[in-house]
Amino acid sequence: MADEATTHAEEHHTSTGISNEKLAMWVFLGSECLLFGGLISTYMFNKGRIGPNDIGPDDVFDIPFTSVSSFVLLMSSLTMVFAVSAIARGDLRGNRIWLATTAALGATFVAGQVYEFTAFYSEGLGFTTNLFGSAFYALTGFHGAHVTIGIIMLMSLYVMSMRGNLGPERAETVEIIGLYWHFVDIVWIVIFTIVYLFPQ
Amino acid sequence: MTVTDRTITAPEETLALPAGPAVAHRPLGVFTRPQGSEGWRSWLFTVDHKRIGIMYGAAAMFFFLVGGAEALFIRLQLATPNGSVIGAGTYNGVFTMHGVTMVFLVIMPMAAAFANYLLPLQVGARDVAFPRLNAFSFWCFLAGGLLLVSSIFIGGWFQNAPDGGWFNYAPNSGLPFSPSKGIDFYAVGLQITGIASLVSSINLIVTVLNMRTKGMSFFRMPVLTWMLLITQFLLLFAIPVITVALFLLMFDRLWDANFFNVAAGADPLLWQHLFWIFGHPEVYILILPAFGIVSEIIPTFSRKPLFGYHFMVASGIAIGFMGWGVWAHHMFTSGIGPLAVAAFSVSTMFIAVPTGVKILNWLATMYRGRLRFTTPMLYAVGVVSMFTIGGLSGVTHAIAPSDTQQTDTYYIVAHFHYVIFGGALLGLFGGFYFWWPKAFGYKLSEAWGKASFWVMLVGFNFTFGPMHILGLQGMSRRISTYRADEGFALWNMVATIGSFVIAVGVAMFLWNVYASTRKWQRAGRPDVGPDPWDARGLEWMTASPVPEHNFDSEIEVERLDEFWHRKYGVDENHRVVKTATAEEVAHDGSNTKVHLPSPSYWPIVLGGGILLVGYGLIYNLWLAAAGLVLLVGAIYGWILEPADDPDAAGHHDDHHDDGDGHGDPSGNGGPDGNGESASAAAPADTEEAATVG
Repeated sequence: MADEATTHAEEHHTSTGISNEKLAMWVFLGSECLLFGGLISTYMFNKGRIGPNDIGPDDVFDIPFTSVSSFVLLMSSLTMVFAVSAIARGDLRGNRIWLATTAALGATFVAGQVYEFTAFYSEGLGFTTNLFGSAFYALTGFHGAHVTIGIIMLMSLYVMSMRGNLGPERAETVEIIGLYWHFVDIVWIVIFTIVYLFPQ
Repeated sequence: MTVTDRTITAPEETLALPAGPAVAHRPLGVFTRPQGSEGWRSWLFTVDHKRIGIMYGAAAMFFFLVGGAEALFIRLQLATPNGSVIGAGTYNGVFTMHGVTMVFLVIMPMAAAFANYLLPLQVGARDVAFPRLNAFSFWCFLAGGLLLVSSIFIGGWFQNAPDGGWFNYAPNSGLPFSPSKGIDFYAVGLQITGIASLVSSINLIVTVLNMRTKGMSFFRMPVLTWMLLITQFLLLFAIPVITVALFLLMFDRLWDANFFNVAAGADPLLWQHLFWIFGHPEVYILILPAFGIVSEIIPTFSRKPLFGYHFMVASGIAIGFMGWGVWAHHMFTSGIGPLAVAAFSVSTMFIAVPTGVKILNWLATMYRGRLRFTTPMLYAVGVVSMFTIGGLSGVTHAIAPSDTQQTDTYYIVAHFHYVIFGGALLGLFGGFYFWWPKAFGYKLSEAWGKASFWVMLVGFNFTFGPMHILGLQGMSRRISTYRADEGFALWNMVATIGSFVIAVGVAMFLWNVYASTRKWQRAGRPDVGPDPWDARGLEWMTASPVPEHNFDSEIEVERLDEFWHRKYGVDENHRVVKTATAEEVAHDGSNTKVHLPSPSYWPIVLGGGILLVGYGLIYNLWLAAAGLVLLVGAIYGWILEPADDPDAAGHHDDHHDDGDGHGDPSGNGGPDGNGESASAAAPADTEEAATVG
């Protein structure tokens, strides 16, 4: 990491040695923390504010199912690391394979979320049903949107790579998208713990 | 298309370049880059931080006149008991839009104008880190601002204006209590301006952290740079919190969610918490830029270095941190419990300490200085004195029992106008006078400037001073009228007269701009020189107005106030003597070979897409879908844009890689296959601030 930083310093002449793009991503992720922090707080504030006979977390959550889809999302972080490492070595084919795998795992997670939302809805929990419904869908839906944007970015990288525009000199671009991807995963760990695992 | 070769465009003498032949060098014309630095189109597509700064300033001044007109309507309505100038419903819209406009569309963008124009210059950079994103920030802000202000006219005069106060408490903001479209405009418009602030803050933080010139360590940065940097960090962390609140509010109103629906068991205090966790840092977002400006003006006109530079910076940082721990002092009467009230009371008293440090340091800077009372200096001294009054009344709010009495009275209105008008706005006006010659090449008239300062100051005190008394007498905020037997008539009349005096002062400022410009043009545009005030920062070390490329060569900084030290030395008797003139030290702007970022169509297109999405959310989702298509198209157009402009010979380009922070899959050249360009080398390989090309 230190070696890499010095190379960048020579390449970009930035004051910190970190490239502008990577620093911007870090700063942006700092802001995202507060965004998710606000939503998570809202969820915690509201999840218990339902009537005694209202549909609540215990009625809908399928923890084994969500655990599997969470595991899939966590594995996508591993494949993202492989993608970054492949392009750093100059292995463009490996990079493409791992980018596609990461996107596919992410898509599996989103598909699981869509399935989950549909199942919950059919059990009677809509977005407007009660406060728990509003808060749950807003928080997890917002996270799902983040994963989706990540998938679009990964697919765009894949297309770029296919067209020969993603060589080893752009390893940092993949790394920066990777930062975003890992962040979204970490946020899911927090959301999964707080929303699904905490006793209701 | 007018082809203008930027390499030969002298910065100041505007070459009227003939229209060249239109060159079709891309099958898809939109993927070429706009060119030229003359004419109105060059402003629409510019990525130059200085032009963007000027556009921010102009837009903020426009919104200032709108918000000022609303203020005058408020004062006319309240001038006499049982006022009937505007009805109660309209009055709600007028005071809400006055607050929203002044906070989000005037003070914040005016500060952004200074940040954009000055930050790169003060750290010795050639531009911001991401020039295209910078342009996008401006257009996005303008989109949000126009959307908000358009609510005044759409569907009838103030029929659809936000009417819940600038902090828009729940559940009053819900559909049952506010069925017009007004709150929708509020929720959507502020989300859009929030995106603009967020993008801009990321950009400016990276600029300051990464693009400092050689030797410009953190503690050699001017105090203005420091204060603006802290402001950007506050924005970075505060904007997402209000975005969440607005997001939930929008879901409630547009799609029947329950976040603030009391009938479904919601607690409306959630809105207050989210709003004020944003709202109190926001107060410092408004004031810190003005503190920075004052910290530049006072040393210059006291002819002394700033007293206690490190302490000044540290107190700014302290304010930046402590600003997060005081939000509930806005909620003392909301029933948050005695422990919370006590804790926030104490933290609120504490935050007065770093602010007091700043006041004392400015006084110590002026003490035994050789003071020159120019217009900017008058404004700066005005800030020090008026802000002190506002700060002291602020401390009285920290005392919870006293605050309970003052809540929602005119005492609060008086307090925050003393800090925001008497602090932030006077500081920003002082900044206009101070940096006007730097940006435009001529000074504003000192005579008119001083006259308008005094008129504004007197009018200001007549308007807001009496509100302290009215508040302590018990006059409520946000009530459109009062009875004759309540004893509020005298001071309300005084305040109304005062508000029109302020309006005269503002008109004098505008006249000053007009008259000084005319005078300068008639005199054959004489050169004001790089350093008309004998100032200290790097921004004075280049020609006025600042050439497009900022500095002719990279400056190496050895100490704080580098430029001043290059002008002055110490003789054998330890007396400070002038050793060089500014003209000798400063760059003359003659180097025309500096690599510059190319203009771009996409920032304004993206801003337009966001505007459509905004109206679409409020009125018709199909319109939002169309806006979304435009938005996504603009993002991909942005990415696919040629990294380097083939027509701008010799121009490298450094913003082909500036999209990564915001969901762009790649910032780089892309399938357009511009293989010979910078994209073939490492990304961002031409990030050379002010480098001779």
